[in-house]
Amino acid sequence: MKDTLVLDKVEKRYGDFVALEPTDLTIGAGEFITLLGPSGSGKTTILMSIAGFVSPSRGRILLDGRDVTALPPERRNFGVVFQGYALFPHLTVFDNVAFPLRARGITGEAARPKVLAALEMAKLQTFAHRYPRQLSGGQQQRVALARSLVFSPELLLLDEPLSALDRALRKEFQTEFKSIHREVGTTFIYVTHDQEEALTMSDRIVILDRGRILQIAPPSELYERPATEFVAGFLGKSNFLRGRTASASQGQVELHMPGFVSTAAENGVAPRVGAPAVAALRPEKIRLAQPRDRAGASACQVRGRVSDVTYLGASVEVELKLEDGESLLAAVPAGQRSFVEGEEMVASWGSDAAILVRPSEASS
Amino acid sequence: MSAAAASSSGTERLYWLMLLAPCVFLALFYLAPVLNVLVLSFTVPRPGVANYAELVNNAAVQRVLWTTVRIGAITTVLALLIGYVVAYALLHCGPRERRILLGIVVASFWISALIRAFAWVALLQSRGLVNALLISAGVIDSPLSLVRNEFGVVVGMVHYMLPYAILPLYTSLRGIDDRLVPAARALGATPSQAFRWVFLPLSLPGLIGAGVIVMIFSLGFYITPAILGGGRTIMVAEFISVQISETLRWGLAAMLATVLLGTVLLLVMWLSRFMDVEQALRK
Repeated sequence: MKDTLVLDKVEKRYGDFVALEPTDLTIGAGEFITLLGPSGSGKTTILMSIAGFVSPSRGRILLDGRDVTALPPERRNFGVVFQGYALFPHLTVFDNVAFPLRARGITGEAARPKVLAALEMAKLQTFAHRYPRQLSGGQQQRVALARSLVFSPELLLLDEPLSALDRALRKEFQTEFKSIHREVGTTFIYVTHDQEEALTMSDRIVILDRGRILQIAPPSELYERPATEFVAGFLGKSNFLRGRTASASQGQVELHMPGFVSTAAENGVAPRVGAPAVAALRPEKIRLAQPRDRAGASACQVRGRVSDVTYLGASVEVELKLEDGESLLAAVPAGQRSFVEGEEMVASWGSDAAILVRPSEASS
Repeated sequence: MSAAAASSSGTERLYWLMLLAPCVFLALFYLAPVLNVLVLSFTVPRPGVANYAELVNNAAVQRVLWTTVRIGAITTVLALLIGYVVAYALLHCGPRERRILLGIVVASFWISALIRAFAWVALLQSRGLVNALLISAGVIDSPLSLVRNEFGVVVGMVHYMLPYAILPLYTSLRGIDDRLVPAARALGATPSQAFRWVFLPLSLPGLIGAGVIVMIFSLGFYITPAILGGGRTIMVAEFISVQISETLRWGLAAMLATVLLGTVLLLVMWLSRFMDVEQALRK
């Protein structure tokens, strides 16, 4: 895959405040890449630096090897979909979509077929002569998309485009963004704080926190092998087993918690034997059984009492209170059995289910 | 249920009673004199429409009306131009600068038109500050006549009207979504195109609203043109005053007052229609 956009030690400071630590990022041509993080993580700073609205304090932004760091936004030829769409209220849908062409000196009959094609792609043909305020949120979203793709931009930047829509529409657009991405083949750089959007659409996800990139990986890898405690906690739910390593062999370590023992995949963390370590354990990897059931016996197991039960339709989340006072969350398929609060259960998991992660630094 | 209804109708009665007092006051001291003026315009010196015929026949009346409309229009255009620049600056400066600027704009409300008019006379007269500076700088040899003419009137009126242009313009510009200009830039528009194609059209409702307000005030200006015009540039309010207190042609004065009031009412009606459009634009 050819590289399209390279961020070379891009950094942004406002006085003493660091919005973005020196950051390297390479984005491939045609990739759908998502910048995911909580607010204040630096994801919008990266996007706006690429768009040209934030000028980095240090570092370079290269497009196909060309330095674009100093170019004003209008000379970059990137499409941007803003949060809240930013449609021009005084222009019809047609004129909104024609706007980027007009700015490039393409007007009248020369612009018409391109505008119509963009409207068709966004399924907006019948709305061409309406004004933005006459459209629903979803339709406005389509106009914003058509408007930022009509001039065949080199990149499409999307800044939390779905945050204003309800859940059902968000789902619909996730599918639609993916299919439009496939159709036009443009590189999409997508900013969101919604992990579900990131997981369903992206080729790769960049996880950010407090101005730093924590991990860049495809969704499945990010979910299965999170590098840090923050990533594991931010992307999906996770239990954290805090203990000391006892032995390490063949990529596995034995982790001793106050009341039980678990094996954990080493995951590149490589702790010293006897040192404190943290392992992430996804709730859905945990099986629950009653103490008298011998069937579920496993090397990794712990007893606890049911303290909370949440029914989620396809699964049931059961919270166990362990003897050492910690709690453990298990997600089991719904309909297998019912759980009663206070009931004693044995939680068990496979020897490769827990994964060592780098602990988050104390939030200082 | 019935107790609640009774008490609510009691509250309602009190509400109407309280409204009655200002209504009576307005009727006695505002509506009655206005109606009186309307009646006077058709009855003095004798019944008929003779006073209104002056609009067509009397060259002096026509000149005064034309001066009023011309100065009103020039004042409106200048106040809008300068006001737009100030409002734009208010929108884009830092919060500290904004407080100071707004303070200056609002403070000018507190200085009376009379004091301001005399201040301008002091500044603009032949041995005033402006002429003295220009002469000492060698720009001119003999003083320019900057006051007691239309120029002086326009300067004083624009100065007086600026806050009335700036404040509504600022409110209107602040209502424009601040992502739209960046969006235009991202889509390829230069800063100047983004301004002309997006920001300016969206500030049009504010410009028209502020323009109508300034125009309405300007048409009825009395003190400022009376002092800065020095008797040579006469606008309709001063002319009316002269007809009433000096030449005692009350009928003519009443007719002109009625025409002025009618014009302003028409402008207000147009403005109110227009404000609805603005509301609709903002959803």
